Amino acid sequence: MKRDDILRVDEALYPHHDEEHGKVVRKKIVFVTILLTVVTAAEVLLGVFASGWIGIKWELVKTAFIVMTLVKAGYIVMIFMHLGDEIRSFKWVILGPYILFICYLVFICLYEALALRDIRQFFEWIM
Amino acid sequence: MSAHAAEVASKAELWGGGRSPFSVTYGKLFMWFFLISDALTFGGLLTSLGFYKHKYADIWPASEEVFVHFPFTGDFHLPLLYVALMTFILIVSSVTMVLAVEAGHRMDKKGVVLWLGLTVVGGFFFLFSQVWEWSHYIHGNKLGALKTENMEVLRQYDLGPPIVAQWTDASKTALRLPKRDAEGNYFIVEGAAAAALIADGKEVYGANLKENEYGSQQYADFFFFVTGFHGFHVLSGVVINIVILIMVIKGMMHRRGHYEMVEKTGLYWHFVDLVWVFVFTFYYLL
Repeated sequence: MKRDDILRVDEALYPHHDEEHGKVVRKKIVFVTILLTVVTAAEVLLGVFASGWIGIKWELVKTAFIVMTLVKAGYIVMIFMHLGDEIRSFKWVILGPYILFICYLVFICLYEALALRDIRQFFEWIM
Repeated sequence: MSAHAAEVASKAELWGGGRSPFSVTYGKLFMWFFLISDALTFGGLLTSLGFYKHKYADIWPASEEVFVHFPFTGDFHLPLLYVALMTFILIVSSVTMVLAVEAGHRMDKKGVVLWLGLTVVGGFFFLFSQVWEWSHYIHGNKLGALKTENMEVLRQYDLGPPIVAQWTDASKTALRLPKRDAEGNYFIVEGAAAAALIADGKEVYGANLKENEYGSQQYADFFFFVTGFHGFHVLSGVVINIVILIMVIKGMMHRRGHYEMVEKTGLYWHFVDLVWVFVFTFYYLL
């Protein structure tokens, strides 16, 4: 992580690198590619076969799906979109507000939806 | 990121003007701000999908039972495989994009043209896959389903009308309700009760914004809205990529001395891939 209070004297806004550093970057890209493929394959296998496994808790499978998705998203944002290479303050300007808003939205929507489901089922039950 | 001399800057120097405090160009900064606002739109769509999924948790269709076909394999049962292939295509095109950005950092024009060209090809592959999926979804299965409003039978299962029930076989005499018992098996209605459901029902074939043979109406509505909105992003991404590709081929970026335009369109393209990762999980898997 680059420290944001240290400035390179000739800090370039348009990053360039040589062949040698390119090899390092490409190696990282290949690693992330394999990781994303493997995680996607695992998700599909879990989605297709998990319902057939006896005694498996569906909540556990769902949690696994969400965790795997967040891992994939993290690698795409940090490596592919190079946010991991930006300075710390910029990273948080991008991620902070978004995470805050989405966490609130998810909480409020799902909480309300579960309450509405109970009301719906109650009315279907007394009909 | 070469090892050059570094010096500590005071806050006044950093934010006092004359330089970018975030060490990014304004173009890249505002691409990120645009992506944040777009991500909030998709976040809103997916959370509202979660809202309806929870509200109709007991009767929401299972995607691994809806998306079971693959092109050129007829009625062979291949759950989620086609969607997985689409995801893979988009991930691969994201990889070719990041390789184009890397080639741009080395001022390797040929590399940028090759990788950016492959990204455009991948984008078209994804778009045509989506066309097939939409067409298949809209036309539905040959068997169709029954939309029924018979209260007498449905109340025994604590269901409120209207309910879309699937035929158990081609004879169309027994129905499978979209609700499971304690053991996780769907309720099956046969005989006189099924005849009553059929008498009060209407056959539906395929899905649109008014009818949906797969189950809850919201399931179809969200399919069209979420994958449609994402597909529109892919389409515009492909168009932007083609424009940038032409600019690269004409040598515009090389004369400028940097390939930042490739980086910016790359950000947008990775974002499109990122959204699909979430759509795949929250629409198809959960």
